[in-house]
Amino acid sequence: MNRTAIDLWVGIFVTIGLAALVFLALKVGNLASLATVPSYRLEARFDNIGGLKLRAPVKAAGVVVGRVDRIRLDPKTYEAVVALRIENGYQFTKDSIASILTSGLLGEVYIGLDAGGDSVMLADGATIAKTQSAVVLEKLIGQFLFDKAGSGGSK
Amino acid sequence: MPAEAIVNGLRRVGAGAISAVTRLGFAARFFAVVLIHSPAALKRTQLTLREIYFAGVLSLVIIMVSGLFVGMVLGLQGYDSLNKYGAGDSLGIFVGLSLVRELGPVVAGLLFASRAGSAITAEIGLMKTTEQLAAMEMMAVDPLARIVAPRFWGGVISMPLLAALFSVMGVFGAYLVGVRLIGLDSGAFWGNMRAAIDFWPDVTNGIIKSVVFGVAVSLIAVFEGYDAKPTAEGVSTATTRTVVEASLAILALDFILTVFMFRGIGG
Repeated sequence: MNRTAIDLWVGIFVTIGLAALVFLALKVGNLASLATVPSYRLEARFDNIGGLKLRAPVKAAGVVVGRVDRIRLDPKTYEAVVALRIENGYQFTKDSIASILTSGLLGEVYIGLDAGGDSVMLADGATIAKTQSAVVLEKLIGQFLFDKAGSGGSK
Repeated sequence: MPAEAIVNGLRRVGAGAISAVTRLGFAARFFAVVLIHSPAALKRTQLTLREIYFAGVLSLVIIMVSGLFVGMVLGLQGYDSLNKYGAGDSLGIFVGLSLVRELGPVVAGLLFASRAGSAITAEIGLMKTTEQLAAMEMMAVDPLARIVAPRFWGGVISMPLLAALFSVMGVFGAYLVGVRLIGLDSGAFWGNMRAAIDFWPDVTNGIIKSVVFGVAVSLIAVFEGYDAKPTAEGVSTATTRTVVEASLAILALDFILTVFMFRGIGG
């Protein structure tokens, strides 16, 4: 095995190895989806975020327009402050409503943005005023059982 | 005398422990010395290229074929289990995540340790046995820079590429089984996979793992070869030790790295 043949084979090996890495990044993972898109930041305050996780999608009319960037608790008001990264191409009106939703019964938790009719758009760093917290299934069932028991007792 | 037997037993345990710790210390010193000699070795790229050829290029076939079969089996087994819950369409997520996060780096590392690590140990061990290393020193050629460092770096460079290839072949194998054989929708297969697997942290963590495994396997291989007893039996023992120690190191490191990497997930 002479020198040029070894160089050629190592060259081929490194090329297909790097091609495999690129394939993993672009085709298997979703590197291209957000990293290259310029984005701006919005904040929303919720009483309860339920099972919302970092990097959960932000959807408007079912289309992914951004991701959850940061979640923290406001120590004064005990509200969850969720920072959203929205792609620059999408602007939302000042009276938009952010709600925490679940796709399907066992699906992922995401934030739904419903645009309103205001003519002023939310700027970078603005806070979404109207929010709707997550529906916690246990509370809902508890409420339901409580109502049932109440209506049964009054009969 | 039973007392003497107990004392002898304790003595043997103590001697074993001391020699194990001494070897560990020697290995750490050896690692540092290899790193110090690396710039000189890497300046002569031809040496490292030759080792990438032997460690990487010649491992291509076994890595790619294994990846393909592992992927096909994952496809069949995964579909069988997922379909019970009506989640057959999530096959892409299951296969992609297990390959990128775990199986790619770990199985490729185990195969690499057996295929390339053992060869490196046997080669260096035999050089030592036939006194080629001593002869080099006599000619003022540093065997660490001429022999050990290129083999170390050849392994370190080859390993991440092989792991990535393994993962890609596995995904392709699962695609063959899931989409071509079982008849899942190809859009759902790729779409769900891309939606669930992030470049950061999933793919990057896999790459970090494969680099760490590459360093561990290559270091163990060159160290065992360099440390081998200069006899036929010594070389064979050293080769066995390389495969055993490298495999155990990969599995233990994998656990430690996984604890660090995925603790935050879901939080």
